[in-house]
Amino acid sequence: MRNALLGLAGVAAFLLLLETVPHTGLVDDRYLPPFSEMARALGDSAGTAEFWQALGDTLRTWGTGLALAFAAGTAAGMVIGSVPALRDATASTIEFLRPIPAVALIPLAVLLYGTGMEATLILVVYSAFWQVLMQVLAGVADVDPVARDTARSFRFRHRTRALRLVWPTTLPYAVTGFRLAASVALILTITGELIIGTPGLGRLIAVAQTSGAVAPLYGLVIVTGLLGVVVNLSARLLERRVLRWHPSVRQETAR
Amino acid sequence: MTTTTSTDELLSVRGLRKVYGSGPGATEAVRDLTFATRAGEMVCIVGPSGAGKTTLLRCIAGLLPPTSGEVTLDRHPVSGPPEGMAVVFQDYARSLFPWLTVAQNVDLPLREKGVARAERRRLVAESLDAVGLADVPNSYPWQLSGGMQQRVAIARAVAYEPRILLMDEPFAAVDAQTRADLEDLVRDLWHRLGITLLFVTHDIDEAIYLGQRVLVLSARPTVVLEDVTVDLPETRDQLTTRNDPRFHALRTHVHGLVQQAKRGEAARRAAA
Repeated sequence: MRNALLGLAGVAAFLLLLETVPHTGLVDDRYLPPFSEMARALGDSAGTAEFWQALGDTLRTWGTGLALAFAAGTAAGMVIGSVPALRDATASTIEFLRPIPAVALIPLAVLLYGTGMEATLILVVYSAFWQVLMQVLAGVADVDPVARDTARSFRFRHRTRALRLVWPTTLPYAVTGFRLAASVALILTITGELIIGTPGLGRLIAVAQTSGAVAPLYGLVIVTGLLGVVVNLSARLLERRVLRWHPSVRQETAR
Repeated sequence: MTTTTSTDELLSVRGLRKVYGSGPGATEAVRDLTFATRAGEMVCIVGPSGAGKTTLLRCIAGLLPPTSGEVTLDRHPVSGPPEGMAVVFQDYARSLFPWLTVAQNVDLPLREKGVARAERRRLVAESLDAVGLADVPNSYPWQLSGGMQQRVAIARAVAYEPRILLMDEPFAAVDAQTRADLEDLVRDLWHRLGITLLFVTHDIDEAIYLGQRVLVLSARPTVVLEDVTVDLPETRDQLTTRNDPRFHALRTHVHGLVQQAKRGEAARRAAA
């Protein structure tokens, strides 16, 4: 409760700063209008169908990309992690592909899909996939040796071991991967829309920039920030629900 | 000595040797172990720490392939975890699945064995009742004390209806009072179920209190120093059995053997 109040106070202080600094002339208010103006501009755009259409497009690209990346990353991670030979064979390739910034693939995405939603989607999937894969691989490697011996001594089949031992052990890692992937996916969604011009909030920001509409531009930036907060909060909520048994959540709920 | 070639022999270990690694860095954990147990017997295995007790147990359980020698259960060579065997591990907190409730933990191996639902329900309820945990089937293991968690692991093994039950220092991590209770529980279950029980411990008193026979192992590399027959009355009681002069005599004898094993190791170290 106290933390929540302090958090709110911090936000209020920041908004106050944002409001007063342009008035004092410390910065040029052509490039940083007071917060009240950003809010007013945002209110204006919220009244347009165009804004809601763009928000829907962004959420759709983000959600589709995240779902695809999570499914693919989890499946690949479970299979690769469970087969030592496969793990050794793929480790160096993964280490090579993983650090490639997804934005470096923009030219390729444009060549393949033009300015369609798929161009951004491929960037989102590429960047989010590695987040999930790396976490799932770490999770599969973390199966407790005693638990593994227990499963073997009770003659569990491979399928049972995968579903009842490896997957629950991996789940906390997969959820962390999901949370990381959700943030990265949002960044790449906005980036793709901004640079490639696929439909969504990012493209609206680009349009606002070219037409010199500075206050609406900030309004849209605030929306993307809020989206990020909502995404992170929902991921944490999900984490608490599916990991009731996990020590990290146990302690949190006991407090 | 009551070893080998009896007609009702269930488990037989012959010339078991286990070397970890290879080349100059190899460690010989077990040198040459030979013994057998009859069906329905309670055999305790003691030895100084690092005597390869856990290695031996893992080889018997089919979790670890021996370097040479053979383990047979009902005359069938053990090459992987055999049917009709259950293992209770020392580390209950890691052996139980924290994402499953107590009842689900007990139920899962039965499900895997293909036991029908109604029968499963009966076995889970009965085994939890037998270990005195009938009231917490829907708790998670981590909500229970250490002693209770090990009871869950015992219930899981009992519900599985094994013919042979292996226990690897199961009470090493619980307090003394709980330990005494659990020892009596194991004696009681063994009597009622008529299973064969192989109990590994580093505690000499515990081995004598529980066992019909005590196998005393040497220090690494391990051999059987002596197969001690425990000629105490069948009905045992924490107070009277432990104060029995015969109990003291056995304890002194086994203690001497274990000390001898430790000295042997020290002498070997000094020579090396």
